[in-house]
Amino acid sequence: MGVAKYTRDEKDRVVEVEYLSGIKVKPLYRPEDLEAAGFDYGRDLNDPGEYPFTRGIHAQGYRSRRWTMRQYSGFGSPEQSNERFKLLIANGQNGLNVAFDLPSQMGLDSDDPRAEGEVGRVGMAVDSLRDFEIAFRDIALDRIGTGLTINAVASIMLAMYQAVAEKYGFSKKVISATPQNDILKEIIGRGAWIYPPAAGVKLIGDTIEYSVKEMPKANPVSICGYHIRESGATPAQEIAYAIQIANTYIEEVLERGLDIDDFVGRFSFNINIYGNMWETIAKFRAAKKMWARNLVERYGAGQKNKKVLFFRGLFGGGGSGLTKQQPLNNIVRGAYYGLAAALGGAQTTALCSYDEAYTIPTPQSALLSLRTLQIIMEEVGLRDTVDPLAGSYFIETITREMEELIEKEMAEIDAYGGMLKAVEDGYVQRKVARQEYEFQKGLERGDYVKVGVNKYVMDEDGEQEVELHEYDEAGAAAKIAGLKELRRRRDGRAVARSLKELDLTVRRGGNVMPALVKCCRAYATVGEMAGIFKDVFGEFKEPGIF
Amino acid sequence: MKKRLRVLVAKPGLDGHDKGAKVVCHALREAGMEVIYSGLHKSVAEIVSTALQEDVDALGLSILSGAHLVYAQKVLKALRQRQADDIVVFVGGVIPDRDIEKLRALGVKGVFPGGTPLAATAEFLRQEFGDKPV
Repeated sequence: MGVAKYTRDEKDRVVEVEYLSGIKVKPLYRPEDLEAAGFDYGRDLNDPGEYPFTRGIHAQGYRSRRWTMRQYSGFGSPEQSNERFKLLIANGQNGLNVAFDLPSQMGLDSDDPRAEGEVGRVGMAVDSLRDFEIAFRDIALDRIGTGLTINAVASIMLAMYQAVAEKYGFSKKVISATPQNDILKEIIGRGAWIYPPAAGVKLIGDTIEYSVKEMPKANPVSICGYHIRESGATPAQEIAYAIQIANTYIEEVLERGLDIDDFVGRFSFNINIYGNMWETIAKFRAAKKMWARNLVERYGAGQKNKKVLFFRGLFGGGGSGLTKQQPLNNIVRGAYYGLAAALGGAQTTALCSYDEAYTIPTPQSALLSLRTLQIIMEEVGLRDTVDPLAGSYFIETITREMEELIEKEMAEIDAYGGMLKAVEDGYVQRKVARQEYEFQKGLERGDYVKVGVNKYVMDEDGEQEVELHEYDEAGAAAKIAGLKELRRRRDGRAVARSLKELDLTVRRGGNVMPALVKCCRAYATVGEMAGIFKDVFGEFKEPGIF
Repeated sequence: MKKRLRVLVAKPGLDGHDKGAKVVCHALREAGMEVIYSGLHKSVAEIVSTALQEDVDALGLSILSGAHLVYAQKVLKALRQRQADDIVVFVGGVIPDRDIEKLRALGVKGVFPGGTPLAATAEFLRQEFGDKPV
């Protein structure tokens, strides 16, 4: 969570600066540095909106469009989540980002014994369409796009989103859902996996294929370098692994005979914002370029429409940069992380709240994060001109260096046999875990400065500044009671029929989405649908990752 | 022959955040202990059987979802039922200060919230097993 490794001399002068990705920073950058790097405006940057999009995907940047703010929210019951969504929308948030509780993420119903103690704890508990009906009541799903932080069962939640939208009169053609739907990063860094990686990739292929044909405004996959970075990857690895994961999904869909240009424009990314500010900015700018190049050079994409080459991303979060110590400092950190995202040209953003090292954010702290992003975008001048740091001797030099590092990390994965194999074998997991341990040791040695943690430490008296989010036992019990009631009242034969169709579809390897939509409409539960996947695909056996 | 401490680091339940658990595994191994890592999504029954089969001296639970009290209580109860309550249980994760005493009252010997120094867990185990050099 530190920012860079500083070597100092006996007079406390900084003599060496090294970023996590391995970039060594010089005390002074001059025109010769760009010359030495062979910097060429047209090739390396080009104007905003032009290949390779280093300066962003919109010609006018934030002048034409502010960033979309998509604070992660949703907890407890669908009713509470609906209330929080409306609060955020009323305060100017223009997209939702739904948090699910762990049972929902793991394909378990609220009344499953394995769900005990976790119902509604870290997100919204979703068992059936009934819950989405409550959560999305009175929300204009034709105008508000929704991120669904769901992976192993993303196909189910995407189907459910279509079902709820239709229920409220919004056609599947007008709704915009962005399920996270990135199972490989889940195995590397977030842990909410169920099925073996290859089966997970197949389900992702289904959602992409279905979206292309049926839900033109959906973004069926959001590849998350974010969690890989949080797990110990360097910024360069974060981008390299994200692109290689995307390539795995691309190849799954290409095998189904689709044209690259017909689907790859729907991919989006979720990239982390903590760390050294300059390295982070270089990472964002390099990522846009590397993604476009990767698509053109590997897949010949962009022939019909250059827009498919856009690196569309949520640059946000920053959770691992926040500290439990002196939690109010996190408010200040958040502002700088948001600034780095803006200077890196984020189209969509979100900011972790200062109390997240302790608890689920309170309404006040969630609002403060939203206000922070609004101040950055609208008050201090970020909309004035597009890509304001372009041409900086320093920024352009390290952006070039970042590109080379990303290329090197990508080549390593290619040499290993691709990302699917690297994840199945645990190769990436072992590598980032080891790095994280070394990094933590460096932090303890003081190689990296973390204010309030290893420098300017204070004796702290408890957690007075932070209000804790309580687990709602009664709410969980009510959720379970409601689910039991649903099971009694729904049309059991319709449920059985829809599940039977899903089972047959899965077994013959067909696209599961149409059958899932039918199951959702019949109020089949997440556990019932996910259970069919589990029966057919089995469960992932983790390789030795330590 | 002097015995090396055997430690099982386990991830109970559905929480998938395993960075901290793996960091602790590395730290304990570097401190000379034998470390077994359970992997993710283990039930209380699975964790307790592994602890018994592997004949561990200590069992660390890593929980970041907030369900630490629930799982600590279940694990300790299951250990007692199987007459294995000599196994030293410690807990790490996102643990609010106010829950530390509650965990201790349940029988958890060491609590390591976020921000705990790397060496603290090994140090704690050494003290717990002062009579058994590692």
